[in-house]
Amino acid sequence: MTDAFGALERSFRQGSGRAVAALIRVTGDFDLAEEAVQDAFEVALRTWPSRGVPDNPEAWIVTTARNRAIDKLRRDRVGRAKTEAAAQIAELETIGVDVHEIPDDRLRLLFTCCHPALAMDARVALTLRTVAGLSTREIARAFLVPEPTLGQRLTRAKRKIHDAAIPYRVPPRELLPERLGGVLAVLYLVFNEGYAATEGELLRAEMGDEAIRLARLVDRLLPGDEDVRALLALMLLQHARHAARTDEAGDLVLLEDQDRSRWDHAMIDEGLSVLAEHAGRPGAYRLQAEIAACHARAPRPEDTDWPEIATLYGRLAALQSSPVVELNRAAAVAMADGPESGLRMLEPLQPDLDRYHLFHSAKADLLRRAGRTDDAVEAYRRALALTTNDAERRFLERRLTALQRA
Amino acid sequence: MKYALLIYADEKAWESVPHDQRHAIYEEYDKFANELVERGVMRGGDQLADSPAATTVRVRDGQQLVTDGPFAETKEQLGGYFLVEVDDLDTAIELASKIPGARHGSVEVRPIIEG
Repeated sequence: MTDAFGALERSFRQGSGRAVAALIRVTGDFDLAEEAVQDAFEVALRTWPSRGVPDNPEAWIVTTARNRAIDKLRRDRVGRAKTEAAAQIAELETIGVDVHEIPDDRLRLLFTCCHPALAMDARVALTLRTVAGLSTREIARAFLVPEPTLGQRLTRAKRKIHDAAIPYRVPPRELLPERLGGVLAVLYLVFNEGYAATEGELLRAEMGDEAIRLARLVDRLLPGDEDVRALLALMLLQHARHAARTDEAGDLVLLEDQDRSRWDHAMIDEGLSVLAEHAGRPGAYRLQAEIAACHARAPRPEDTDWPEIATLYGRLAALQSSPVVELNRAAAVAMADGPESGLRMLEPLQPDLDRYHLFHSAKADLLRRAGRTDDAVEAYRRALALTTNDAERRFLERRLTALQRA
Repeated sequence: MKYALLIYADEKAWESVPHDQRHAIYEEYDKFANELVERGVMRGGDQLADSPAATTVRVRDGQQLVTDGPFAETKEQLGGYFLVEVDDLDTAIELASKIPGARHGSVEVRPIIEG
């Protein structure tokens, strides 16, 4: 029963984005659109199990939700709003007459949800709620915030879109590169939230799937953009390692210790084939994807092309210099040229990254490999004091114990 | 949709700007105001006197409380505003980014409630 419900919920959710987007375009009302789609979901709950899922669920949802929206407009609007409602009803009636001509407004919905005038956490929540169709409860659980808090965040964001007149459109050409960058940043954040699992591993994996699904959507609706393709490749190549990233106990497994047969090789192949396409100037997503590809191509850890990875991090640092990029670069250099070279590169980063647990765990690892056990122990302790992630804490404790025993 | 473009800047920093540079900036403001008029979106705007000229008034339990200075001591002070009427927030942001004060201070874009 629960499984059947889950399957129905999932196929409904994945088909509901177009309905939400179309209804918002016509009515400008996020809440009305969500309620109409929720009503359609309840109809689906009653009819789909007995009659089966419609051939074209998207079209079914658009039509059903549209009818609900028309009912609501007829019922609720009075006075001056009545003329406006009549015009909206007329426009709604033209939607979905021909199932092959359902307008796809999801791209403009995405740009509105990711508008820079909204706070980042609101952009993420709104995108997952309206474009991806996740429930408030699912989003709240994935981002470890209480459901009412997330509900308020969504309400405030919707109110701001209305009150500040954030436009519902794909931005004009002159704004597009910057705004698209903002959309991709939201998708990558959704993805990373899934990748940097702090708890609820299963749910986090779903966030990764969701981010990939959204990236595919952007790629389909805005074809040929290299940053979009590169981000998709990056997500695929990283997500492919998901099953191998934790062991049965939920503990973190380092890249070098992962069972590479558990990687999703179909997903890797897809990521690599996206990367094989022609690229102009490689952007940051592209460089990160190429780094992930270096790992994905290596059958064994010792086959990894570390000099190439170090070079790629160097190019990434030239493009968007940040202490974290430098940290990764140092780790790659250490793999290519030995731990002492890496340690020399870490030194200047200490002031910026002193509060960052991964800095200390990377440093500890290099010290350990350089045979400087006492310094390594100290660095592991510092990393332990700073981490908030349970799996990471257990990992660091294991390393520390092994080192002290040796 | 009407928006107030509220210009915040550091008054102290402004005081140290040399005379000829100030003049150039005022000319830029004139140019910007003219652009607003030409685009048919200008609904008003003023430069405010510096915050030491401000007086803050509060009424508590029927008692009038008058104090010297602006209501909050901040690094940047409200120094002027434009009122514009445009289609959406993107257009308001585009205009705000052309205000000279946006380069050294900040411009807050606030929708105006119309009843």
